[in-house]
Amino acid sequence: MGLGREALHVHEKDNVAVALCALKAGTIVKVSTRGGAEVTVRLSDDVPFGHKFALRDIQQGESVIKYGEVIGVATRPIRQGQHVHTQNVDSLRGRGDKR
Amino acid sequence: MKFFGYRRPDGRVGTRNHVLILPTVVCANQVAESISQLVRGTVTFAHQHGCAQLGKDLEQTIRTLVGFANNPNVYGVLVVGLGCEGALPEIVSAGIEKSGKPVRSLTIQEHGGTLASIAAGARIAADLVQRASTEQKVECDVSEILLGTECGGSDACSGLSANPVLGYVSDKLIDMGGTVILAETTELIGAEHILARRAASPKAAEDLMAAIRRTEEGANAMGVDMRGSQPSPGNIEGGLTTIEEKSLGCIHKAGSRPLQEVVSYASCPSMRGLVMMDTPGHDIEQITGMVAGGANVVIFTTGRGTATGTPVAPVIKVASNSETICRMGENIDFSAETVISGEETIEQVGERLFGELLAVCSGKLTKSEIFGHHEFAINRIGPTI
Repeated sequence: MGLGREALHVHEKDNVAVALCALKAGTIVKVSTRGGAEVTVRLSDDVPFGHKFALRDIQQGESVIKYGEVIGVATRPIRQGQHVHTQNVDSLRGRGDKR
Repeated sequence: MKFFGYRRPDGRVGTRNHVLILPTVVCANQVAESISQLVRGTVTFAHQHGCAQLGKDLEQTIRTLVGFANNPNVYGVLVVGLGCEGALPEIVSAGIEKSGKPVRSLTIQEHGGTLASIAAGARIAADLVQRASTEQKVECDVSEILLGTECGGSDACSGLSANPVLGYVSDKLIDMGGTVILAETTELIGAEHILARRAASPKAAEDLMAAIRRTEEGANAMGVDMRGSQPSPGNIEGGLTTIEEKSLGCIHKAGSRPLQEVVSYASCPSMRGLVMMDTPGHDIEQITGMVAGGANVVIFTTGRGTATGTPVAPVIKVASNSETICRMGENIDFSAETVISGEETIEQVGERLFGELLAVCSGKLTKSEIFGHHEFAINRIGPTI
C-alpha cells in the first residue's frame, strides 16, 4: 500500500497510533509521528484495521489521547504496542457496549 | 484568492445561477416538477410539508423554503402553491422579495388546475431562465464562500483522512475571511466540551450546550439514550472506542478555529468564521438546512459512499479511502485515500481539496449535479395535525 505505511499518528500529542491495515502480534511498526520523530513499536497484540495501539506505556487512570484530545481513560496499565480499545479504555462521557 | 461567481442584489455571491421552481406544499409538487421538465435550466424539488403544521414547526418550514430560495446560487424563483396551505405562496414570496431577486408566484387553485398551471408556470419560468442567462460571472474574493460541511456514511477512515483534510480546508477558508458551517448536532455529543472550549464568546458556548441538551432530551423522550448507545456495535468493530473519539473524528471536518455563533436550523449566520447550525444528523435535512442558511457550496465526506446532492448548490463528495472508490467511485469528486496510504500528508491533500473547492465555486460541476441529484428534506419539529 503506497509507501508501505502501516500506522497513522494523527496529532503530535497522541499516545496512540491507528493501524492502516490489519497488523499481527509480533509485527515491528515504524510510526512517523506528527512531531517529526520516528517511533518503532513491536506489537504485542493483533491490531485490526482502523484500531489503535499504544505508542508508549500508558498508566492505569492516565488519559488516552487522540486528535490531541482526551478520548478516554486507561482502565488497566497499557504497554507500548498493545491494542488499545474497549478492553482497556473507558469513556469519560458515556460508552456504547455497556448498558 | 479569487473565484468567479454571480453577484446578487443583496450583495451575496452565488456559485451557480439557478432558476428555482419552488412548491410551497406537497400538493404543488407535481405541477412544479412538470414545469421544471418543460423548461431547461430550471431546478426543483419535492417535499412532504407546508400544511397542517403549527407554530414554530410551520415557521421553520417557511423559513427553510424562503432561505432556500434566497440562497445566492438562485437567480430567480417561481413559487408554486395550491392556495389553501399554511405556507401560502404570498407568505413565501414576501420572504423572498426581500432579497431583491426576481420572484413570481402561481396558485394552482386560481389557475383552473394542473394543466393550466403548468402552462402558465412554464411561460413564467421560460422568461426567468432567459433573463438568468444574461447574468455574467464576476471575480469574487474567497471570503464570499459559505461552506457547508457534512459527513455521511462514515467508516473507520473518515475521521483519519477525509475529515481532517476538510478541517484543513475549513481553517484555510476561515483564515481568508470565509465562513464554514458545522452542523449535525447529534454527532457532536461526546465532544461538545471540546467545541465549547473553542467558543469565541460565552453565548456561543451556552447556545452550543443548549442545542446538545435539546437533542438529547428529544432522544430520551423517545426512550433512547444517545450517549449509552454510542459508539454503535459497528463503530466499535471498526475501531472507535468511545463517543468522544467518534465525535472528535466528526468535528474535525470543521477545523480548529473559534466557534463564533450557533444558529438555528435554516437560519443565516450573522458572523463570519466557524458557525454551528443546529441540525439533525439526517444527511438531507442537514444539507437542506445549511443551503437555506446560505451555504453556496457543500463538502461532504464519506467512507461507505453516498450519491446525494441538493438542487441549488454543488456538493463535493470526498472519499475517505480507496475502498470508497471501488464501491461508489462514480459519485466521488475527490479522494483523501493518499492520507491512508501515506503518499501524502493531510496538509498536502488539504491544499488540493482547497483548489478543487475554488474550481467548483467557479463552475466545475460535481457528480451530484451531473447526475441530477435534487434531494431535499425539511427538518420538522412538531406534529402534523
